Amino acid sequence: MSDRNRSGSSELERSESGERARGERSEPLVDQTLAREHGLSDEEWQRILEILGRTPSYSELGIFSVMWSEHCSYKSSRVHLKNLPTRGEHVLVGPGEGAGAVAIGDGLAVIFKIESHNHPSFIEPTQGAATGVGGILRDIFSMGARPIATLDSIRFGPLDDPKHRRLLEGVVHGIGGYGNSVGVPTVGGETGFHECYRGNILVNAFNLGLAPADGIFLGQASGVGNPVIYAGSKTGRDGIHGASLLASAEFDAESDAKRPTVQVGDPFTEKCLIEACLEAMRTGVIVGIQDMGAAGLTCSSFEMASRAETGIEMDLDCVPQRAANLSPYELLLSESQERMLLVTRAGEERQVLDIFERWDLDAVVVGRVTGDGRMRVHWHGQTVVDIPVDPVAANAPLYERKQRVPADLAARQKLDLASIEPEADPQAALAVLLDSPNLGSKAWVWRQYDSLVQGNTVIGPGGDAALVRVKREDGTPTRKAVAMSVDCNPRWCWLDPRAGTIAAVAESARNVACTGARPLALTNCLNFGNPEKPEIMWELAESIRGLGEAAEALGTPVISGNVSLYNETSGRAIFPTPTIAVVGLLDDVERHAVSHFEVAGLAILLLGETREELGGSEWLQLRRGLEAGLPPSVDLAHELRLQQLLAEGVASGLVRTAHDVSNGGLAVALAECGFTGPAGVRIGARVELADGIRPDALLFGESTGRVLVATGNPDALLERARAAAVPARRIGTTGGSRLVIRHAPLTVLASGGPAASEVTSLIDAEVANLEAIWARAIPRRLEQAG
Amino acid sequence: MFAVLQFPGSNDDRDMVFAMKSVLGADARLVWHKDAELPAGTQCVLLPGGFSYGDYLRCGAMARFSPIMAAVTRFAAAGGPVLGTCNGFQVLCEAGLLPGALLRNRDLAFVCAPAHLRVERVAAPFTSRATPGQVLRIPIKHGEGRYHVTPEKLARLEAANQVVLRYCTPAGDVTDAANPNGSIGNVAAVCNAAGNVMGLMPHPEHAVEALTGSTDGRVLLGSLIDWAEQQTR
Repeated sequence: MSDRNRSGSSELERSESGERARGERSEPLVDQTLAREHGLSDEEWQRILEILGRTPSYSELGIFSVMWSEHCSYKSSRVHLKNLPTRGEHVLVGPGEGAGAVAIGDGLAVIFKIESHNHPSFIEPTQGAATGVGGILRDIFSMGARPIATLDSIRFGPLDDPKHRRLLEGVVHGIGGYGNSVGVPTVGGETGFHECYRGNILVNAFNLGLAPADGIFLGQASGVGNPVIYAGSKTGRDGIHGASLLASAEFDAESDAKRPTVQVGDPFTEKCLIEACLEAMRTGVIVGIQDMGAAGLTCSSFEMASRAETGIEMDLDCVPQRAANLSPYELLLSESQERMLLVTRAGEERQVLDIFERWDLDAVVVGRVTGDGRMRVHWHGQTVVDIPVDPVAANAPLYERKQRVPADLAARQKLDLASIEPEADPQAALAVLLDSPNLGSKAWVWRQYDSLVQGNTVIGPGGDAALVRVKREDGTPTRKAVAMSVDCNPRWCWLDPRAGTIAAVAESARNVACTGARPLALTNCLNFGNPEKPEIMWELAESIRGLGEAAEALGTPVISGNVSLYNETSGRAIFPTPTIAVVGLLDDVERHAVSHFEVAGLAILLLGETREELGGSEWLQLRRGLEAGLPPSVDLAHELRLQQLLAEGVASGLVRTAHDVSNGGLAVALAECGFTGPAGVRIGARVELADGIRPDALLFGESTGRVLVATGNPDALLERARAAAVPARRIGTTGGSRLVIRHAPLTVLASGGPAASEVTSLIDAEVANLEAIWARAIPRRLEQAG
Repeated sequence: MFAVLQFPGSNDDRDMVFAMKSVLGADARLVWHKDAELPAGTQCVLLPGGFSYGDYLRCGAMARFSPIMAAVTRFAAAGGPVLGTCNGFQVLCEAGLLPGALLRNRDLAFVCAPAHLRVERVAAPFTSRATPGQVLRIPIKHGEGRYHVTPEKLARLEAANQVVLRYCTPAGDVTDAANPNGSIGNVAAVCNAAGNVMGLMPHPEHAVEALTGSTDGRVLLGSLIDWAEQQTR
């Protein structure tokens, strides 16, 4: 083969050293004990023996162990995931590929997915987070899409723990170091802190790409005789068993020893790989392409052959290598980054190889597509793997694991509001909330990310949702924009996994709707503890049930996703954290809403209803030290009506500012609207709340389905709201330098207008002072010694 | 024609072409770093931002050895305008076409934020559309943008009117608080003695549309277009 000649001489050297290696490093004896060490159950071991009719080779055992790991096979979650709504009129590709795809008109599609890199980031934060970004990018561009926007959802333990200050710094450095270098803007995300992440941090990376709707590539090794091409970085010893031993097991005291399973990222190679792949795809000779992600060469080749119902014959001696004496086991399981596997039409591979060469990237033919449904791998003239594709890839074990309602669930949910002392000092409470790392400004994080590259960022970090203008690959701008937001309230999910997940979907969709966009579809990253524990399995199943209900009701199908289990250390699991990312479409980018007040003298309207809901709220935790109760209820039909009202209100020009009321309630949302936004202005507000519920619930309760809007024409908007059956009321006016919130109890109003003495002032503060507290919430904690 | 160089690892190359061509209507195209010559008809060379060669050795240190850079050096020596933004600025310093060097930011962190810049020099080809003391709002995004020369050298650059832009407050005051990266003298842009080669850390190509935040980048890029049009006439 001509393409092998490129590395002809080094191949010879390799095979000589390989001979030596075989003598020095003989392969271990494969038996049940070794299978157990590979994380395979006794039952799974028996199944392997049945499939092969013999004892597997060492390489084959390695393959089974990674392909059947929780991370690659979804063996605990698949029975539940299959019930999710995945289809819709716009959906072009649903779950099962690298990512999902949705049509956005004009012959274009967006391709997106969110994925976890939790375990590696805890062990080695900078590289773990960096390679998390790199991995999700490859899932997107391997499908023919140029990545145009990244979001990150990251969660840590409390910042008074020096370890977690270092983890935060390391993760942000990793995300920035990788994302900034590859030229893909990081336009938003969320950052959270909670005791439950002290032993397991979360790093979930979302990416969205843009592709021609008729130019989507799939991971399929079709066409018998077609060449299989390896492209990108050389293979080393890094990341072996990242998927099986690291991502599919709990942490314990020995976990630091797993550091060698964390991969090392090279964003420069990734950047070149993006450009080379997108260029190669335009040649029209690529049949299928897939990222070598978890479980590397093994997973990509098995999945590509399985989808096309073919086989692959591969020669490991052709694989570009950066370490000497790599064994076949290491070559097959390495998770070295920035590598792709491609299949091209036979005889036309030269065009593709030349493009990679122009970008100074390795690209070599390593095998051929076969028609017998088997994976055959050769090394040094021996056959080291010969197994049928389907039993490994498509028919991995499937577990219907036992579920049990947690014994303490009733205790978690118990909250008698009457016994909760009312807030005596609302202004002090607001300051405490704004100063908490969960509600405070995240600018310390996102200022370290390039949010502008590609020149399409209309709303970047700090907004309710990110808004990115759609520009064609040839540089022609369209009028469209894509909105996206990533959300989860883990405390609510711990109190009620089903309701909490429904609320996460609703919030993410509401954030998207606040820009004026219509939610289209969603992706999800389900972060949970050890599924072999029935209580955790119950949480997971309940959460997936809620996800399905909400996705169905809101018309946002689940087009891709990722499950991260075993987020547990020494028996202590994280709160259930189903991270949801909803993506929406805005038809006219010139007509969009922002989440800050930009003009004085506008009417402030509150859409949605405020109920006496303090269960699971930030106020309850920060002011009363309680994490208890039921999360606020969600009315999905109302959410749909609200989304529709926002889309119309923004399109008609009535709504210029729209801000979701979420963590910290109305008081925090009003303060945030007034803080300095991208337009560089800070604006106060005078608000009067008339209601019969307790004032602390009015200010800090977190009832869902609420949005603050600013409008110059309140009557027209109120009329539209009435027509749409969305509760709406005018609560105040923008302007001045102070945030003033007064309370007029409803009973007084009912008797014909409030008497002056009975209207009480709840908040009266300079917005600049509130903003200063909010802005310092994270920096001041990071500046602590140690 | 505006030649936008494309090094491996350039990120803002396509954005620069978009700004020049789609937004400002000029003829701009990408030129591959392995080419030995600039295309015929090149009126101006733009070195875009990004992380050429990953910036693994030192920012811009590898890119200066790309084959196209010899042609750029000849082009600059003949008086052709050369503008480097961000990584492009770093490459021009490494190539010896501009004085000084760019070091890690003062607080050691990458920063992406809007910056206010005071125009210190009004002259073709880079700032003819500006007025003296005008404040431009153009974003920065870099980890190594702290401009460094010795104080004596800075005094010479100032005396020769080679400092083009300085970081300032929205009101135009050059203060330490308005300095985002610790650059000496708040320097955001410098030019060579002949005035035909300029480097700046801010990104004018990301400030050409109100939709994405600012149009002040047009003052700089538009000046270049004016210059090119005058040459054609």
